[in-house]
Amino acid sequence: MAQPAETLSSGDPKTGNAGYMDKETPKPFGGTVDDAEIAKFAAMAEEWWDPDGKFKPLHKFNPVRIAFIRDRICAHFDRDPLAPEPLKGLSILDIGCGGGLLCEPLTRLGAEVTGIDATERSVHVAAAHAEQMGLEIDYRFTSVEDLAAGEKRFDAVMNMEVVEHVANVDTFLGASADLVAPGGMMFLATLNRTAKSFALAIVGAEYVLGWLPRGTHDWKKFVKPSELAAALRPAGMELTELTGVAYNPIRDEWSLTPKDLAVNYMGIAERR
Amino acid sequence: MTERVDVGIVGGGMVGAGLACALATAGLRVALVDREAQDMQTVPAYDGRASAIAYGSAQVLKGIGVWKHLEADASPIWDIRVVDGHVLDGISPLFLHYDHTDIGDDPFGYIVENRATRVALHKRCTELETLTLHAPVNVTSVQAGPGFSTIEIEDGEPIQAAVVIAADGKFSTLRDWMGIKVTGWRYDQTSIVCTVKHALPHNGVAVELFLPSGPFAMLPMTGDRSNIVWSERSDLARGFAELDDAAFLAELKTRFGDWLGDIELVGPRFTYPLSLQHAETYIGDRFAMVGDAAHAVHPIAGQGLNMGLRDIAAMAEVLVDAKRLGLDLGAASVLRRYEKWRRFDNVLLSAVMDGLTRLFSNDVAPVRLARDIGLAAVNKTPPVKRFLMRHAMGVVGELPRLIRGEAL
Repeated sequence: MAQPAETLSSGDPKTGNAGYMDKETPKPFGGTVDDAEIAKFAAMAEEWWDPDGKFKPLHKFNPVRIAFIRDRICAHFDRDPLAPEPLKGLSILDIGCGGGLLCEPLTRLGAEVTGIDATERSVHVAAAHAEQMGLEIDYRFTSVEDLAAGEKRFDAVMNMEVVEHVANVDTFLGASADLVAPGGMMFLATLNRTAKSFALAIVGAEYVLGWLPRGTHDWKKFVKPSELAAALRPAGMELTELTGVAYNPIRDEWSLTPKDLAVNYMGIAERR
Repeated sequence: MTERVDVGIVGGGMVGAGLACALATAGLRVALVDREAQDMQTVPAYDGRASAIAYGSAQVLKGIGVWKHLEADASPIWDIRVVDGHVLDGISPLFLHYDHTDIGDDPFGYIVENRATRVALHKRCTELETLTLHAPVNVTSVQAGPGFSTIEIEDGEPIQAAVVIAADGKFSTLRDWMGIKVTGWRYDQTSIVCTVKHALPHNGVAVELFLPSGPFAMLPMTGDRSNIVWSERSDLARGFAELDDAAFLAELKTRFGDWLGDIELVGPRFTYPLSLQHAETYIGDRFAMVGDAAHAVHPIAGQGLNMGLRDIAAMAEVLVDAKRLGLDLGAASVLRRYEKWRRFDNVLLSAVMDGLTRLFSNDVAPVRLARDIGLAAVNKTPPVKRFLMRHAMGVVGELPRLIRGEAL
């Protein structure tokens, strides 16, 4: 039975990420898991994947960020975004994969996807769901730093809704950049540190609308685009595009707002 | 080997086959399941009706590669006359005249025999590599699982699909299995449908004559023929339907008039009792309904097939968009976009159809006068008239790409 609701919300409900500030010792994910454990994780996966559940904002946001990722990867690697399996043959790493809300679509689009998360539970949940869906995804309970110590490099690295939760943006982005293969790219999505983001993302989303549990975000940890650029530059990466993302309450949809980066925004970095 | 597809469609009539063509045209893997062999649907006795395919619906058929097989059998509608009449008094002088040149160069739509539409759809099905046809087979159950649904087939391999779509008509079995209720009622009306050949050309004019016992429509077909949809009180309709050809033709002439010269009956007569029903929801667990399974309307303004084609356009767009984003096609968030898009429009149209039926199917003098003045008033109010004309063409509202004439 599903009962770990309170534990899921202890981290970031958008990514299920307990956060890289936790000094948990990363352990390799794998080994034997008994049937009761699998059933428990499958039940938790249902919660993750319920479009009306506690991850509702992420479900709403998902189509717009997937379209952005698909279109920009296809432009970068010269592919047709509307073709079947447009990402076929590309390796993608999703950092802070949570229940796999981004990993699964990218896999269906043809990519070979690795998802990592610093919360062991999330990785089990994501693996249980992928199994039900018949998708092959390499989920690992590990940290960016440990993965970077290995050989594997990726055509595209996803840092979606993660940097606003890490302890040190510079070292985290430095290690993430190491994981990008030559000619590859990195996608970022985060919240800007502005008066507007305080009003909307903290007061609005957590206190007025109740979209997210209170305390989900710490406004002081929000990241300005200039800070992303400064953290990526020493690692040899340059921000090449930034776009805002805004919610339209009338249409109940998110859409890109290329000129308004004041709250949620996404960016792309490429190797110089 | 169990077949695994993106979309399983149960029901291979015009809407089911049309949706299969739309999805397979965009490259989705589709299994189309029907209890009848396709050629059963195209024998002349199967379906004698013709449908008014609105301009927007014709755009859909073009976009999914069906129109090229249908064009030669489509008769354009250049004018629509809506007339209040009485069998004994003749036609009221106040009438509503829609002329296509009021809003552009395109016809309002086309009259096509359902048989021709079915033949064209079947041809298109054979051209599509990602479409597999399973017919004639009996579906014994549909089970929604966590990753896919399974369609169990009698004496055959099951089919696994990310989403199962019911297009199995007004008396949908799948809808019952899913426990989805319908609201609706029967009208005490029956439509008599037949085809006549006339001496004079119709010049693409469609006439909707509102008689006290029900609407009487003359729809222009190819080859100096018109399709008649004659709605009557059910007890009277049974009497008319049982008359011999000479007596039936005589009754028909008192309504049809002599504006197209002498008329003769061609082909058999069919009768269809009228009812209206609407499903309380269009979607379920890895499940959705299109066409008459979701909503069946009185055919008073020829909207049944058009509503189905708009369902196809919306459903195809929702599923193709989801497929291109790598989303789970059976996810509630995907299917809800379809329901939200179509349900309001369909409920509104059903209500309008019902209102029209009740308004026009009576002979109370004040009501008659009011509707005559109403028709004349609409006729004299260009913006209202243009809106109604555009609605008749099926080009009002937030339109799916296929209706706008764009690729999926």
